[in-house]
Amino acid sequence: MDKENLSVWTSIPFWRRSAAWVTGFAVMLLIWLSFDTLGQISMGTDEDLKNGTTKRVPGPTVINYEIDYKMSEKRGHEVPVIGKKEPFFGKEWSAQEAADLLRLGKLTSQAKNCMNCHTLLGNGGYYAPDLTKAWLDPAWKDGGPLQGMTGKNTKEEAMAEFLMHPSQYPTHARMMPDLGITAEEAKGLVAFLKHMSSIDTNGFPRNFSKTVEQFTAGGTNAR
Amino acid sequence: MLASIKSNYLQSESKKLGMMYFRVAIVLFGAQLLMGLIAAVQFLVPGFLFEIFDFSVARMVHINALVVWMLYAMLGAVYYMIPDETGIETIGVGLGKLGFWVLTAAVAIVVLVYIFIQVGSGSEATIWLINEGREYLEAPRWADIGIVVVVLIFYWNVFSTFMKGQKTGIMTVMVANLMALAGLYLAGMFYTDNISIDQFWWWWVIHLWVEATWEVFVGTLAAYALIKIINAKREIVEMWLWIEVLMLFGSGILGLGHHYFWIGTPEYWWEIGALFSALEPVPLVAMFVHVLYDWGKEQGVAEKEGHRNVMRNGPAMAWIVTNAFGNFLGAGIWGFFHTLPQVNIYTHGTQFTAAHGHLAFFGAYATILIGMMYLGLQGAYGIKTLKATFKSKMGITMIVVGVLGMTVALTIAGYEQVLIERAELGAGWNAFFMAQELPWYVQAQTWRTIMGVVTFIGFVYLVWDLLTIGKQARLAQEAGIQQ
Repeated sequence: MDKENLSVWTSIPFWRRSAAWVTGFAVMLLIWLSFDTLGQISMGTDEDLKNGTTKRVPGPTVINYEIDYKMSEKRGHEVPVIGKKEPFFGKEWSAQEAADLLRLGKLTSQAKNCMNCHTLLGNGGYYAPDLTKAWLDPAWKDGGPLQGMTGKNTKEEAMAEFLMHPSQYPTHARMMPDLGITAEEAKGLVAFLKHMSSIDTNGFPRNFSKTVEQFTAGGTNAR
Repeated sequence: MLASIKSNYLQSESKKLGMMYFRVAIVLFGAQLLMGLIAAVQFLVPGFLFEIFDFSVARMVHINALVVWMLYAMLGAVYYMIPDETGIETIGVGLGKLGFWVLTAAVAIVVLVYIFIQVGSGSEATIWLINEGREYLEAPRWADIGIVVVVLIFYWNVFSTFMKGQKTGIMTVMVANLMALAGLYLAGMFYTDNISIDQFWWWWVIHLWVEATWEVFVGTLAAYALIKIINAKREIVEMWLWIEVLMLFGSGILGLGHHYFWIGTPEYWWEIGALFSALEPVPLVAMFVHVLYDWGKEQGVAEKEGHRNVMRNGPAMAWIVTNAFGNFLGAGIWGFFHTLPQVNIYTHGTQFTAAHGHLAFFGAYATILIGMMYLGLQGAYGIKTLKATFKSKMGITMIVVGVLGMTVALTIAGYEQVLIERAELGAGWNAFFMAQELPWYVQAQTWRTIMGVVTFIGFVYLVWDLLTIGKQARLAQEAGIQQ
């Protein structure tokens, strides 16, 4: 076909060149965008948090702060809001301690294969709740059913207790298995979850856990 | 298929090695289905194998067996087609065989560790020795390195044979694409504390495999198979292949953006991901049209020349046409359903994704790889025209009905989950379980399990057919010659 060259549309060299150019252009654009994105999602530092500099992925010491997830009028969706300091497992963690704890937590999340039942940032298995904003789930708050069930007084201690002995605290017929998570690993996992809840996920998940009470109360005048 | 290597019709060692890969692939396919059945039952009966063989383990083996059987069948298909395309025997095929045994031993050890050790302590040692805990890329680091070594051997086989033999368009695309495919695996081989950066690179492997390089791979297989099965004209097939490369890479590479909506990455990925991933179905339509058009055209030419039928391999062609349609439906339509960020903010990480995953992996990849196995059997037994048997038909029908049924069931479960858990309740712990326990959700999961069983029965027919069709067709052919 290319020998006769009746039309460019049936010319193999034309399509081969076009394929090479389009692929090359797409790859270059992807690489350029990747550099920009990797810069924007690199982990912040303790200084950033102290100075109030907003980072898409804050530094590990974010575990020393209150985290909320609020509607931003400007962006049109919810964004993480880092508030005042609060103790985490009863103390303030230094930059090094927080980094080590987060590392232990992230390693444990991989070693225990969390992602094949749960989703992290929405990716993983679909057998158990999404953990992106699990730290912010009202059920773990003071007075919430999950914290109450463990008999602990803080959110972090309740989560750690549950992670160590999940099948002792069944909430539904479908339960989390005992994965042999140690006390230290459980602390690390909670730090990992708290850190993840502070990541700016462009508003995912939307309207996080706000209407459960309303839904379970039922009726048109639930509020 | 068991005796396919010992049959004397395959003169090429490379083709024999291809058949060796196919045999392991079909065993792993069976393992994938069994694990899927266990996981499906666990949705309905949560106590099933609880704290013995949990969902996380069943699903890990389910999706790993999927990826590995497909890679095996892909390697098998390449080793099988090299001698035909280049006109020479594969260079270094002895080393290729060594690679096969090393890889198979490694896969066996990894699977045994997954099943019997399951999890480790939160340390680097677990990631090196037990599992990496990153969906699809769970293989421990030692196995990653082993895979890289085997793939280097494989790539050297392909590249050196390509350089020495004929350089067809099909082989040119194959060699370039395989380099990208193999190189991308490296993006998934490091550890980071930053979950956003972790998932950023993780998608480079997963997405740029299944929505770019694997799709181009399918294009090359379809091109080769059309020439073999219906005697399609090489110029037309290769021109289409370049158009497919253009469209698949043009849309698929930046389509990666649709995985960067919610993992911490900037908002500009909304527009980039939406635009390019919305274009991803276009080449899949083109591939579908191309396969059917060529078939019709070649049949017309054959009839004009007085032959009754252009078809040389019925079951292989049936699977390739299923591929053309399944790729478009599963990857194209089911992918497009939830690719826009406006929808994806609700559907991300629900059964909707599972529905798409099932039909896309089946439609785009399983189908054509099974077709390649039938093509391999035809060569292995020296059969001029391979006709579908009752078992071939039962196999393809039940598997297609089963997978479509699972997809529809999971889509319904996904709707339920999206509306109740995400839109209405906002995705917390209680929201999740509220949706999971609703009768319509449970009903959908029940149908998924039933359709999983249908798929499995179809698989039994498929294996039975693969084991017997070659020898039967050979005997029939010899009887025909003697008459």
